[in-house]
Parts: sequence; structure tokens; C-alpha cells
Amino acid sequence: MAQAHAPQFKNPVVKWIDSRLPIFTMLDHEYNQYPMPRNVNYLWAFGAIAGIMLVIMIATGLVLAMQYAAHTTIAFDSVERIMRDVNYGWLLRYVHANGASMFFIAVYIHMFRGLYYGSYKAPREILWILGVFILLAMMATAFMGYVLPWGQMSFWGATVITNLFSAFPLVGDPIVTWLWGGFSVDNPTLNRFFALHFLLPFVLLGLVVLHTAALHVSGSNNPLGIDAKGPQDTVPFNPYVTVKDGFAVVVFLIFYAGFVFFAPNYLGHPDNYIPANPLVTPAHIVPEWYFLPFYAILRAIPDKLGGVLAMFGAIAVLAALPWLDTSKVRSCKFRPIYRQFFWILAIDALVLGYAGAMPAEGVWLLVARIGTAYYFFHFLILLPLLGKLERPLPLPASICEPVLKGGGRVAAGAHAKPMEKA
Amino acid sequence: MRSLKSAILSAAFALGLAGAAQASEAVHIPKQEWSHSGVFGTIDKASAQRGFQIFKEVCATCHSAKLVPIRTLAGIGFNEDELKAIAAGYEVQAGPNDAGEMFMRPGIPADRFPSPFPNDNAARAANNGALPPDLSLMAKARVGGEDYLYAFLTGFEENPPEGVTLMPGMNYNKYFPGHQVGMPNILMPDGVTYADGTPATVQQQAHDISTFLTFIAEPHMDARKQMGVKVILFLIVLAGLMYATKRKLWSTLH
Amino acid sequence: MAQTTHPPGTGGHAAPGGEGASRRDFLYLATGAVGAVGVASAVWPFIDSMNPAADTLALASIDVDLAPVQEGQAITVTWRGKPVFVRHRTAKEIEEARTVNLGDLRDPAADDARVKKPEWLIVVGICTHLGCVPLGQKPTDPRGEFDGWFCPCHGSHYDTAGRIRKGPAPANLVVPQYAFTSDTAVRLG
Repeated sequence: MAQAHAPQFKNPVVKWIDSRLPIFTMLDHEYNQYPMPRNVNYLWAFGAIAGIMLVIMIATGLVLAMQYAAHTTIAFDSVERIMRDVNYGWLLRYVHANGASMFFIAVYIHMFRGLYYGSYKAPREILWILGVFILLAMMATAFMGYVLPWGQMSFWGATVITNLFSAFPLVGDPIVTWLWGGFSVDNPTLNRFFALHFLLPFVLLGLVVLHTAALHVSGSNNPLGIDAKGPQDTVPFNPYVTVKDGFAVVVFLIFYAGFVFFAPNYLGHPDNYIPANPLVTPAHIVPEWYFLPFYAILRAIPDKLGGVLAMFGAIAVLAALPWLDTSKVRSCKFRPIYRQFFWILAIDALVLGYAGAMPAEGVWLLVARIGTAYYFFHFLILLPLLGKLERPLPLPASICEPVLKGGGRVAAGAHAKPMEKA
Repeated sequence: MRSLKSAILSAAFALGLAGAAQASEAVHIPKQEWSHSGVFGTIDKASAQRGFQIFKEVCATCHSAKLVPIRTLAGIGFNEDELKAIAAGYEVQAGPNDAGEMFMRPGIPADRFPSPFPNDNAARAANNGALPPDLSLMAKARVGGEDYLYAFLTGFEENPPEGVTLMPGMNYNKYFPGHQVGMPNILMPDGVTYADGTPATVQQQAHDISTFLTFIAEPHMDARKQMGVKVILFLIVLAGLMYATKRKLWSTLH
Repeated sequence: MAQTTHPPGTGGHAAPGGEGASRRDFLYLATGAVGAVGVASAVWPFIDSMNPAADTLALASIDVDLAPVQEGQAITVTWRGKPVFVRHRTAKEIEEARTVNLGDLRDPAADDARVKKPEWLIVVGICTHLGCVPLGQKPTDPRGEFDGWFCPCHGSHYDTAGRIRKGPAPANLVVPQYAFTSDTAVRLG
């Protein structure tokens, strides 16, 4: 519907600019007329929700950075000054701290939606890989942000995670010393983490722009996993999807506000309200919840280098997913066997997360090992084989067909026509 | 992994815990009734004021609350003149003066609570090697929050259970991780005389000081919850409108 | 609903008549308005966080002890991050300040309107020209042609009441808000 339709702008200023730099045409094309499969469900809103989270994080982060002092002697106090003295400082900090968790919730749901509906398959491989880079950038940003309040968990989290790099033979120790800018996590480390924590969100923003650009080349996937065949299969993004996503965003904000206002420290750890002490490690250190499955994988391998490689491998394997999954059918709806394994993987991720929060000993170590083994089995063995062995269900002819089932076939053609004008 | 484990072990020794195994043993912390719990709960100001009296007369002889400005107490109902009087009761180091020397002056409400010891080492030296932790954030810095504080303060036992040998200078506490703690049992029946005439039982004192510590750990808690109720109500209205709009809009499509 | 109504927001919207359409328009308008209120209220904490914080405001007024300042001496105190000149004026300096013909002044102000006690002159020590700190506090400083202060940046001369007398500055040195809390103590702010 939108392909050949060039917008006519009434505003002379808009017209003048657009004839020289067609940003309004571009915006109209990408966010107004952009054809969205009409059968997308609310899981498709999590991309927009994640985007809103990034904006909230950058906005709150900017004003917090105006009050924060990145020096080991005053970092903790400056955060408490934000909490106690800065106007609405407590609100901005809690929005930012809980926002990190909400961002990960949105992105993890977004990813599992992609896994379930096969959104990583051709022609969306680069779109998916950009998503994996976004996840990596988010993890780095979140990790460095958690260091800034300079509490006990900040300090010991920084120490443990930077020590991961010491696992690499020969270059490991020099790399760690370089990361620290000294012989332990100290002021130079805090300072550079602050600089990088400020920089990375903008890298993230750039990746998101590329991610969206790649999305708009191939168009959005949908619950059926089949391509839109024509205007009758799609709706213009604005206002149909903007309003639908907007509703989803507001519902998500209610959930978010529940944490910010009534349980702001629930997702944090009490030890981070104790100032960093390089001489005393807390009895039980755990990363933030969004790292727990990866932390469990790290600890499941009884070898230091092996653990680090497995942890990074758990993310790298996602990047290879478009080629590991050999099935031509995208959506789980039509893959009865894979659908079962998808849920097992989802449960596996939760189990790994739980095991990551438990002490790495006894039964929990065993659980983490089984979970890790299954995680890699799923991606490296199951998916390539299943694509060849599984007999998918017959695919519908078009998106419209099942959508309009209730309305009857006759109506389908009649309703398609007005849409062409849109 | 080995380095992490050894770090944990050395930390356990540094804290003077009897054993890491005991520390990981879950101790059940009983829940208390707090006026400030729940969505609509607010700090009990009278209780927090009594708690401040205990803080001033008992806790502050060993513990600092160095992140808390005295003016914060306006949040539990002290007026400006009372704050000035409270502040003037403290000696605050200032200077250097024209002769280059530090001197003491009476406090003003903008000052933070002065610490009982000039630095951590002095605090350790005066307390048998144990560092009395800063209380500014104590209610947020322990698992269990104010319930833990109450349990800890009422959890001392004069005679440790069979089979537990206390290290010299240590005291037995049911709820402290590892059970051996340098701090003695300090709350005695009528150990303070409340200005408002409330009977000063140990439970009452523990309740009041825990309320006070909850307040200073997060002076904006009441404001936070009140704003939260408004924000969520607003968002529910907006969500309803958005949903109606979405329904109307999509109904044109079938 | 035979005809698909083109929704608003895509430009060039002409609603086909009928009650359904106007009720729909009202709903869209209400949703948009409530959403706009929400965004606007959410912006305020961001803006207000950049205003002076509680710790800054708590120190917005300070007490100054005047007892050690002898006649003819001056002290500089820092108040709200700015230098404040406190001069214990001599009888001669007061006399100089009072005998000026107000009509000759660039920024006319009587001396007794600029002091609360004649012997104490309290002004913010920032030249009203471009914000330099004038000289004249130390005994060795040049005090300019009118025995008050002299700004070295662009040559403004102030008199013993802190009034501009010569040079590019447009106005007198600012008298801060203050009050005597006793004979020898003053509260700024």
C-alpha cells in the first residue's frame, strides 16, 4: 500500500526541508506507513517497550551523571546525596536502577518471542545478529553501571567479572591489569567505567537504529511466520500499531512503577548499601538477576578458562542461530516438536538463573551443569537435527486467511480494498 | 573459581564468623508489625522520635550515622527550633581558623551527625577490634531490613546454647550470621526514659530504634509511596483510555 | 461499518459525519490529552533535579561573627559560593559616603539605605560590570579614587558605600539580604 505513495506535506517549512533532506518522507515511510503484519500479537510490543526503556535510561542517566562523582572516596556518598538531597533524586535513581532490570525483562521477552516465531531466519539474519550485539552492549553497560555506586557488590562484582579475563593464557593478566589501570579494582577502574557507562548507551542507540533499519528492509515477522503477501495482510504502523504498542507500553510502565515506588530495592542486593571495602568480600556474592543464567554457566564448568569460554559461548551461539536452525519453517505454531523443546529451553534458562543465585556447591552445581549441557545441546545438536527430522504442519496460504476466518472468505476481498488507500 | 572461593573464606575469617557453614544456614527472621509497611504505610513519627532518643543516648556512643544531615529529622516532626537545639547539642569540627588550627563549634542543622570516632581504626581500637558499622543505611544494608534489626536487637542470649564456645569478647545472638558478635546486648528495660512517657520495654525500644533507622536510611520513603499511588492510578486511567482507543481503531479493520 | 474510516494522525483527515465518528474523535482527543499530561509531569523531576539541592539550600544562610573585625578592617566571607565584603567603616569613611550629592551618582542610592548599622557595610564583592572581584579588602590593596574598591579588570571605582563612581560598571555593588542577630553577629541570607 505504501510503496508508491509519496507523502504530500502541507506545512511549507516541512516541505522546504523535505525537498532538500527527505527526513520527513523517511519518517513517514518508516513509522507512519510502514506496513505491519495485521496479525502480530502483544509480544511484538516488547521491541517498542525496550526502545522506550533505552530512552528512559539515557534521560535519567544524564541527570544522574550531573550529580554523581566518579571517585572512590566520594562515589558512595554522592549517590546517597542524590537519594537524600537532590530534588527527586531518589525517584530518578530508582527509575534508573530498576530501569536496568525492566530493560532486560523487555529484551529477554523480545528475544524469546524471536526464538518462538523464528524471527532470526532468512532474510532476518543480520537483524538478529545486531540484536545479539545489542544484548552484549546492554550487558557491558549494566555491569559498569552497577559498579558506579561503589558499594560492596559493585566492588566485588567488578573484581570477579574483570578477573574473568585473567583466564586467557599469556595475555590474561596484562589484560586485567590494563582493564583496572592498576593492580586491583580502584579509582582508575571506577573512573573509566563511568566514562564507558556514559558512552555505551549511545553505541547501543546506534545499534538500535541499525536494528530497526534492518527490520524495515525485510519487514516484521508475525505469529504465522509467513511473509505478508500484499496490503490485505498488513496495517499501516501508525496509528494501528503505535496505539497498540502505546497501550502495551503503559501496562509495562504500571509494572515498572510498582517496583520503583513500592519495592525499589527488591531487585538489588542489601550489600550494595555498604560502602566498598577491598579487604572484606561479602559472604555470598551474586550478580544482578539478568546475569544469573550466564553466571551459572560460568560456574558449571570446573575449569577457569573453560567456564569463561562457555559463558561467552552461550551468547555467541545465539549469533550462529540462523544457521544452526535448519528448519525452513519459522513459527513454532507449525513445528509441533520444536515447540516442546522451546519451552524446555525457556525452563532451562529459568533453572540456570535460579542455580546462578545459589551457592555453587552440591546439588545446585549439578543442576547448573545439567542446565548448561542442555543449553548447548539445544542449540548445537537439537536444532540442526530437528530441522531435518521434524515434519512441520501445513502452512496457511496467507496471513489474511486465518485472521479473517471468522468473517468469512467473501469479506476478505472487500476489506482489502480500503486498506490500499491507507 | 578457586580465587572466588578463597576470597569468600578469607572474608568469613575477617568477619570473625565461627564458620562459613553456619553463615549459610538460613535463620528465620520473624516479621514485625510496622506502621510504614505496605503501600499506604507511613513512618510512625512518634516512634521514630523515640528511636532518635535511643540513637542519641545509646547507639551513637559507638555508631556513626555520617551520611545523615541533622536537618533530615524534620521528616519525623521536629520543627526548625527543635532542629537547631538538637544540632547545637553536637560539637562539630570546623576550621582551619586563622591560626591554621581545627576547632570545635556547635552544630547547625545543615551538619551531618558527627561520628563518635575520628576514623575506622580509632573505632576498632576502642571496640576490641570490631568496627561498629555506620547506621545511615543499616535498614537497607541487611537482608530482612527493619525486621532483621528488631530481631538482632532482641536476639541476644546471655548463655550460648550447648556446644557453642564464644570467642573472647564476643556475644551470642540468635539472628546474627554466625551468631557471634562483638556488640553486647545494649537494650535494657527502662535503659532510656522516654520523653513522652511511653514505657521503655526492650521490645518497645527495639521497635522504635528500628523505625528510626528505617527513616534515616530512606527519608523520602513516605513521599515515594504517596507519589507511587498517584502515578499508578494515573497510568491505569491512561491504560484504560489507550485500550479503548485501540479497540475503536482496530474495530474499523475487523 | 461498511466504509473503513481513515483514522486521524495520518494527515488530511476529514471525518465522515455521524455520531460514531465524533465519539471516536473525543476518545482520541482524551487519550492524547491524558498522555500529554503524563509526559509533561514526568519531565518536571528531570528539570527540578537541576535546581539547588537540599544540602545547598540548607547552607543558603550563614552566620558571621563580626567581633574580631576592628574599625578600618575588612573581612571577606564566602556565601552561596560568592565573596561577601564586610567592612568595619571608620567615621571618616561614613562621612565620605554620606556627604555625596546623590544627583552625581550613576546609580543613586543613599548610604543609609545600603547599611543597617552605619559602621558595617556588607556588599557582595562582585563587580557589576563583568563579574570580577574588586580589590580593596587588604590594607595593601588599591582602593580606587573614592576610598572604596577598585576593580582591576576594567577599572571601575567604588566608594565607601560600595556605589559605582567611575569606570564601566553600570550599578552599585549588591547589598545581600542580611540581618543582625546581635550587636556583633550577622546572618547572611
